[in-house]
Amino acid sequence: MQDFKPKIIAFYCSNCASSAATIASKMKLYMSSDIKLINIPCTGRLEVLHLLKPFEQGADAVYIMGCQEDSCQYMNGILKLKKRVDHVKKILEQIGIEPQRIEVFSLYAGKGQDFISIADRIINSVKELGPAF
Amino acid sequence: MIVAEAKPIKEILEMINGLKRVLVVGCKGCVTVCNVGGAKEVAILASAIRIAGKKHHNEVEVGEMTLERQCDPEFIEELKDIINDYEGIISLACGVGPQFISERYPEVKVFPGVNTKFIGGAVEHGIWSERCAGCGTCIIHLFEGMCPIARCSKSLLHGPCGGSSNGKCEISPEVECIWDKIVKKKMENGRLEDLLTLKPPKDWRSARDGGPRKSVREELVI
Repeated sequence: MQDFKPKIIAFYCSNCASSAATIASKMKLYMSSDIKLINIPCTGRLEVLHLLKPFEQGADAVYIMGCQEDSCQYMNGILKLKKRVDHVKKILEQIGIEPQRIEVFSLYAGKGQDFISIADRIINSVKELGPAF
Repeated sequence: MIVAEAKPIKEILEMINGLKRVLVVGCKGCVTVCNVGGAKEVAILASAIRIAGKKHHNEVEVGEMTLERQCDPEFIEELKDIINDYEGIISLACGVGPQFISERYPEVKVFPGVNTKFIGGAVEHGIWSERCAGCGTCIIHLFEGMCPIARCSKSLLHGPCGGSSNGKCEISPEVECIWDKIVKKKMENGRLEDLLTLKPPKDWRSARDGGPRKSVREELVI
């Protein structure tokens, strides 16, 4: 388990979360290379299938970083996503995969530190869970 | 439309336990509209089965196909070239689909992937409500366009029962009393006296009580 290098997919929106990422980079804060980042226009565009596909490809965890619930420029993208994540958690649970392997976070655009601390939290949580497969 | 709900994935996995090659077949009709059995849901279920196979070291080859409709034999025919590549078929259509597939390909194991619930419509995004019980002799014009057979818990035809309270049915505060609505609409439209007209008992032979039903249109039969 010591050598376990988790495969993690992180989706992040091109608004709040993207700004937080830029600030983290300016602060010279970096995240683990175990995380593959995928930028998307809005988290509301992520469908249930998009969230399942990484697991199908062998991911150990998936997490999504989006806007605060009241500041999505597409009105309610993050709220739609949160419902879909809840649905995916139920699917994973029925399959025998821990539902905490998928999580969603609302970020403030100015908080670069959060972009990194969430990544650290996810890596620690996944290392504790062990490989998904 | 016919409204269905997805079966729990756990139940589907138990049904197909031991099979190595399964085909998930969707339908572009009612179940696509109620978001339970269209191409999108086919892809989600197929993905979930693959993940479960990976998780339990029992990988399953899962095919995906969505037919125009599963309630017409001509579309069921489209499966003929690939059906033998699979040990089992999961149909995401209403209860008609898996039966039509089973009748056309009797050698193949067919599993229902959804639970068919009722004939209804969308009242809000993501919420469907029953509107028709398929009784075979429609009389909604007598009730201001509302069907007491489908929408009254007791299917009463001559007014509300004693369980109607503040517009709600006694079975649940979430269920509206359709007779409350019928009476109010009759009053608004000045047609309350319609309800005094004595009606003969309904002939239930055209409903499910008369056994399995069939509709024959001689002018269309070839």
